[in-house]
Amino acid sequence: MRGLHPAAIVMFEGFLYELRDAKVPVSLKEFLTLMAAMKQNVAGYDITDFYYLARTALVKDERHLDKFDRVFGHYFKGIETLGEVEPVIPEEWLKKLGEKLLTEEEKNQIEAMGGWDKLMETLKQRLDEQKERHDGGNKWVGTAGTSPYGAYGYNPEGVRIGQEESRNKRAVKVWDKREFRNLDDQVEIGTRNIKLALRRLRQFARSGADMELDLDDTIRSTARNAGWLDLKLVAEKRNAVKVLLLLDIGGSMDGHIRTCAQLFSAASSEFKNLEYFYFHNCPYEALWPDAARRHVERVATNEILRTYDQSWKLIFIGDASMSPYEIETPGGSAEHWNDEAGGVWLDRIVTAYPKSVWLNPVPERHWQGTESIGMIRETMAGRMFPLTLDGLDHAMRRLIR
Amino acid sequence: MARFEGTENYVATDDLRVAVNAAIALERPLLVKGEPGTGKTVLAHEIAKALGKNLITWHIKSTTKAQQGLYEYDAVTRLRDGQLGDAKTGDIRNYIIRGKLWEAFTAPEAPVLLIDEIDKADIEFPNDLLLELDRMEFYVYETREMVVAQHRPVVIITSNNEKELPDAFLRRCFFHYIRFPDRETMAHIVDVHFPGLQKELLREALTAFYEVRDVPGLKKKPSTSELLDWIKLLMVEDMSAEDLRQRDPQKLIPPLHGALLKNEQDVHLFERLAFINRRERGK
Repeated sequence: MRGLHPAAIVMFEGFLYELRDAKVPVSLKEFLTLMAAMKQNVAGYDITDFYYLARTALVKDERHLDKFDRVFGHYFKGIETLGEVEPVIPEEWLKKLGEKLLTEEEKNQIEAMGGWDKLMETLKQRLDEQKERHDGGNKWVGTAGTSPYGAYGYNPEGVRIGQEESRNKRAVKVWDKREFRNLDDQVEIGTRNIKLALRRLRQFARSGADMELDLDDTIRSTARNAGWLDLKLVAEKRNAVKVLLLLDIGGSMDGHIRTCAQLFSAASSEFKNLEYFYFHNCPYEALWPDAARRHVERVATNEILRTYDQSWKLIFIGDASMSPYEIETPGGSAEHWNDEAGGVWLDRIVTAYPKSVWLNPVPERHWQGTESIGMIRETMAGRMFPLTLDGLDHAMRRLIR
Repeated sequence: MARFEGTENYVATDDLRVAVNAAIALERPLLVKGEPGTGKTVLAHEIAKALGKNLITWHIKSTTKAQQGLYEYDAVTRLRDGQLGDAKTGDIRNYIIRGKLWEAFTAPEAPVLLIDEIDKADIEFPNDLLLELDRMEFYVYETREMVVAQHRPVVIITSNNEKELPDAFLRRCFFHYIRFPDRETMAHIVDVHFPGLQKELLREALTAFYEVRDVPGLKKKPSTSELLDWIKLLMVEDMSAEDLRQRDPQKLIPPLHGALLKNEQDVHLFERLAFINRRERGK
């Protein structure tokens, strides 16, 4: 990119990769935006403003703000030992920053030594030397005290001059405060893809007030009206699909809670008609409307079968990993005495809902190894899909078929 | 180049100022998120005011389509007019209804365009506007003309996080998250709205306000706009700092709480807490 110090790109690469390593989704496009903004002098000559600018250009979601602050703080510290953030920044900007911070006396000193151009040239030279010596590229960061470049920082002609009193210090505080800590890692992460997969499960039906022009009917009645326009309206189409979600919350599901929470969050915003119940390992004669209050509130499975007719689409979410007894023997349940075997109930439920699938968070390649997964797959007549985007996609196609 | 520095009615933090100026300088949209009531929509109004530009607002609803922001062709009216023998029907342009984006693109001076609550629309909505917002131009099929922005408007987009926005869309925007103001900023904000408010009253009101916000389990935490309403109410009712301070410790809930708590479950929560508090004191 023109107008940037050659070292800037090298330096920035490091920052970019560090951000990406920290799982902040940054692409080249954002980086170029930031560079363009720097050239347009948006940040003024203030390092805090530079931080704000980098943040507004590189971070696109509040849950990444904390990660960004951490990386910025860490990265900035590395540079601080060297003296400055100069290679990150276009020369022009840096020069002006220097001018702003330097005293008259210092400026004269710089002039005496050949001026800013000379300074930048030497800087570049030193950087190159340094690179060869370490051949790591940006390893020179942090070797402050010993490297010629680091020592250079104390030269009155170096860019560090005037920094001690703290534009930097103040700046560091801003990101070291990490005010966005509690926004990190919310459940919403990545639900967009899931929602897109769930969209396959759409059944449009017309309901509500007549708002939309019905073209076919209008043409028909206009023709019948001897060419005089006769408008016909119909109700808008809405997604009328009805989904019944049965979720396993047994102990073995603990490892999959995150995925399930994501799916659940996506489903609850995608489907207006969504009902859900919980079970442990295998559904028996009762299900729980609330996982936390499962010993208090329970709904008889038969009642659910009566309440929701077969136009509902049924989705099980569970790892189907349990002792085979929990499926095939009465009294085999891990939690209570069941008069009828889990398999019987499962069969009853699957029969009641012709459109049903089982989503399994256990990776497909491990399915063979668990006997109970095989048994449930048999009951589901093969309609078990892995809880991945691809599996979800297949499951939705299956449900709509 | 015009720069945004906040206005007398709006306290802009440094980071917000930088974000807005970056968006203005690079002519990219600025996506603003934050808790409800932290002044996302107001921001666009204030930017327009500060820069002396017109504001064009496009409110997004769940039924809004991207095309409506560009233009709509009213074929039905044209057909009806045609049957009545109206001469207007000869020119299709009479039946092209311009949308907000078209309006913004063709304004004689670059306006501020506010796309409010973009997350309310369908999940594909932002994608449908990618090219239009990127190049600031679009094609009208009916008249075979290209609408190109004469001056690129300053685009402010707000979102309440109801839906996630697509990456391709985000890459084209600057992003700013309006944090909930800390006490100091909040005092400043209140001061801007109610200059000359008694210092005592302000301090007590803010203490009570942040106490309410800190109560765990609230369904809807009161925000800046609720605080401003409440203070206004306190002033109208002529409440003094004393009244606020001498709140009965058994009654946790502040006076005139209707302005702060908008949800009856939250009011119940406070009553329950007051009850527990009372019982513990009784021991």
